[in-house]
Amino acid sequence: MATIVVQRPKLAWHERWFISTLYKGLKITFLHAKHTWWTLLQGKGEVTMQYPEEKWDAHLPDHYRGAPALVKDEQDRERCVSCQLCEFICPPRAITITPEEIPSTDKWAKVEKRPREFKIDMIRCIYCGMCEEVCPEQAIYLRKDYAITGTTRAEMVHDKKKLYEIGGVRIGLVNKWNELK
Amino acid sequence: MGSFLDSINLAFLIASAVKIVFFAFMVILPMVAYSVYLERRISAIIQDRVGPNRTGIPLTLLGFKKDSHIFGIGGLVQPLADGLKFLLKEDFTPAHVNKFYYWLAPAIVMVPALLTAAVIPFGSELDLSWLTKIGVDGAWLHKPIKLVIADLNVGPLFTFAIASLGVYGIVLAGWSSNSKYSFLGGVRSSSQMISYEIALGLSIVPVLMIFGDLNLSKITEYQDANGWLLFPAWGKGAPWENGWHFGRWALLVPVFISFIIFTVSMFAETNRAPFDLPECETELVAGYHTEYSSMKFALFFMGEYAAMIIGSGLAVTLFLGGWSIPFAPWLGLDYKAGATPAWLGLAHIACFLAKVVCFIVFFIWVRWTLPRFRYDLLMKLGWLVFFELALANVILTAALLMYFKI
Ligand code: SF4
Ligand code: SF4
Repeated sequence: MATIVVQRPKLAWHERWFISTLYKGLKITFLHAKHTWWTLLQGKGEVTMQYPEEKWDAHLPDHYRGAPALVKDEQDRERCVSCQLCEFICPPRAITITPEEIPSTDKWAKVEKRPREFKIDMIRCIYCGMCEEVCPEQAIYLRKDYAITGTTRAEMVHDKKKLYEIGGVRIGLVNKWNELK
Repeated sequence: MGSFLDSINLAFLIASAVKIVFFAFMVILPMVAYSVYLERRISAIIQDRVGPNRTGIPLTLLGFKKDSHIFGIGGLVQPLADGLKFLLKEDFTPAHVNKFYYWLAPAIVMVPALLTAAVIPFGSELDLSWLTKIGVDGAWLHKPIKLVIADLNVGPLFTFAIASLGVYGIVLAGWSSNSKYSFLGGVRSSSQMISYEIALGLSIVPVLMIFGDLNLSKITEYQDANGWLLFPAWGKGAPWENGWHFGRWALLVPVFISFIIFTVSMFAETNRAPFDLPECETELVAGYHTEYSSMKFALFFMGEYAAMIIGSGLAVTLFLGGWSIPFAPWLGLDYKAGATPAWLGLAHIACFLAKVVCFIVFFIWVRWTLPRFRYDLLMKLGWLVFFELALANVILTAALLMYFKI
């Protein structure tokens, strides 16, 4: 095993006795304090982003992983076919799906299955994006919403309605259920 | 019994009670609260952050549009919110503690810190005779009130004697909590405080030798007339007013050494960084108060800050002229026994508080600058450096006093 001998810097006596070092340290902290104080006085936001008033939203990168949500396609069809793959892959088991058969009278009867209820417990979700990755129908996406708050546990469970509300419409990519095909 | 009651000076009792309430509850406790706020704000700007800047008077609760911020500075009500939080928190007593001592310890930390305030002169004297003009009358009004709670002849000794009782609170807290972190914190704190008490006591011996007096208000009066100990620029301290006698200036050397030892020992005594090993959070969670919550924790917290304020008060009184205004005799703002106008009395109080606040800011500034010492280095510094230095300093002062025949 290689031994690494740490080279300690050679200190002068005044450095060892905290005389010049204390002065230097106090100077550094004072300059920081002065600078920050000055920027604060002028109301310039160079220091901390003041959260509720100033937000990151405009700077969020494209790959940002926020709240997962369901999407509909261009013909207002729920893309989710209730295959439950996301339910199985979800590491903290945040997703609970109740599948149902699409009645034969429905326009989209050939899709066969859809979720009757689709719940994501946002207290459990770790925003990992596995659900988005595993979905064969491109039905679930992680959006940029990050401030998910609530005052009760029940409020923190996103149901199907809420999920579609966040998700909205997503066009393209999966066309196999279109009438053209 | 009757003669005993007669011997009690009622006016004196009332005046003392008013002074206690004023100084302890209207000056020190709010100062404790606001030094916590100051600590948070200063640490924030030192680390390029903003700090608590939101707490205002919550007018929105009463249906107003905006919360009110005093002087437009956000967060000035933060100490009140903190206090309320401490009151509303659950006061949890773990099952494994020794209940009696566990309950006793926080009080033993807080009480000595406040008791030592009694001997510190926080102003010269207050002339209340103007009250007679608005109809109040009484014999006690015609004598100016001395602004020190107990005008003891053993001021600094009393302070040290009482302040060292604070160790018991910490030892008891550490021991009765029955937890390894508290125990280690308590042991560290007690050994640290006992070691630095010696350097602290020895460091002011030269000061007392120079003054030849132990009464803190007399010491301050002397400094007011003859220049502060660390800043002898008028009266007997200044060579040009004193037949070019450089005695006081030569004494600046031992005084400065004393001041350094005193300040550093004060840091160690009050368990402040860089000597905050007893509550060193990286290894001991929170040290001796790990198991405490709610108001009991707040008492430890306030005890620390109160000790810091009293320590600053003592340092200011001994070395920086207490309530005296700089260049007072030149400006005509000096203290004249029994003839100080009321406004000057108030100005002296303000001057004392201003000096103490500067000292506290220095404490805070140092805390956010220096990293924590290693424990053996801390002990080494106390026993092998400061102890000897303070002793040598006493001899140096004696020699200088002999040589200059002061
Ligand atoms: S993002 Fe991860 S944790 Fe959240 S629902 Fe999807 S798979 Fe589950
Ligand atoms: S969201 Fe996608 S993976 Fe989940 S059940 Fe629906 S189709 Fe399957």
